[in-house]
This record gives sequence, C-alpha cells and structure tokens, in this order.
Amino acid sequence: MSTLHTVNKSPFATDALLSCLNHCSDGDAVLMIEDGVYGALANSRISKAVQARAGSVTLLILGPDAQARGLNSDKCLSDVGRVDYDGFVDLVTQHDRTQAWL
Amino acid sequence: MSVTKKFLYVNRKAPYGTIYALESLEVVLIGAAFEQDVSLAFLDDGVFQLTKGQDTKGIGVKNFSPTFRALGDYEVTKLYIEQESLDERGLTKDDLQEIVYEDEDDDWAEKPSIRVVNRAEMAAIMADQDVVLSF
Repeated sequence: MSTLHTVNKSPFATDALLSCLNHCSDGDAVLMIEDGVYGALANSRISKAVQARAGSVTLLILGPDAQARGLNSDKCLSDVGRVDYDGFVDLVTQHDRTQAWL
Repeated sequence: MSVTKKFLYVNRKAPYGTIYALESLEVVLIGAAFEQDVSLAFLDDGVFQLTKGQDTKGIGVKNFSPTFRALGDYEVTKLYIEQESLDERGLTKDDLQEIVYEDEDDDWAEKPSIRVVNRAEMAAIMADQDVVLSF
C-alpha cells in the first residue's frame, strides 16, 4: 500500500512541500507539479530537506511544468526524477491513493 | 500641468502558477503610457519571473518572459532584483535573462536594466516611492 503525493505550491511561498515530506511514508512517491517544481532546485534553502527523503520516497517533478519555468536538469537535485503527463497517469494507477498538498 | 510620481511595482510571485506575474506586467505596460518614474522590484518568488530558458509549450500558456525585454522601449529601465531572494533559491545573476535599454542621454548606449540589490537597498527603494503596487 502506497500513496502518491502531489504538491503544487512553491516551497518558498508555503510549507506544503515540507509538510508533505514530513508526513509521507517510506515507499510513497512525491510528485511536484505547477509551482511545486521549484522544490527540485539544487542549492536552495529547502534542498537539504528534500534530499533527506530521497532514499525513502520517490521524488519527481512534472517535466512540462519544470520546462515552462526554465528548470533544466543542471539546476535540479539529481535525486529528483522527471515524468511527463502520461507518467503522471501511470503514477496515479500504481499507487493506492493520491493525496494533494494544496 | 502634470506631476511625475515615483511608482514601484512589487513582484513576489512565481510566473505561471498564478496570474499575478502576468497581470503585473500588463499593468506596467499600461501604466507606461502615463510617463511616470517607474521601477520594478523582484523579490521572494518574484525572482523566478526573470529566469532564462522558460519554455511553456508543454503547459499550453503564453511564455511572457520575453516581454520583459520590451520594457526598455517604454522607458521602464529599472528592474531591481534582490540578492538574498536569489541566494535562497539557489540562483545567481547568470540564471537571469539579459535585459537592456538604450540610454538616450548617453548616445543610445545599451545598458543593463536588471540591477541586483541587497535586502537593505530594496527596503530603501520601497521607502522612496510615492505609489507602491503589489503583485
């Protein structure tokens, strides 16, 4: 049993990403979408908190949202993967539930 | 008789996730017709508005980041961006697009519009305005 978590707010504007990371269970997936993709930035004030969960949860960003915001792979933590819209749908089907952190 | 006032547009939101950033730019362009002394401030998540490499074809919304480069033609030439906000987000000045204007008082020399300032300088800029509009 596992959960797909989605976060759509900038981690610098709200605590949604940090709260998600503090509440998700080992084996879950955290998908950052919309302004949430800024959570993948390397060398930011929250990147250590994101990296700390990399071994226990799957960290992902939605590629088109990252591309829109100019977040190329070289700007992002290597621990964070990328999915496209089809990959998003696959994630929903692979987990038992989806929890949105608004 | 017209009086020139100092206008500051304060941008604190990332682009695309909300409509604030685009609406701010629209208001700046409209306001430019009134020939006031206009400055733009970018701090907190607002610094993300000026990053280079934005490509929105995958999300079906307009990429308005190139429009910032047109501001110089409207005599909007002061874009203040806060160093601390860049630092907190793992960004440097190199991550920002290049925006220039032609200085009519200096034989139309091209000069950078983006001016990186620290938090204390940003506070002083804010305190020096007649009108502050927040986005």
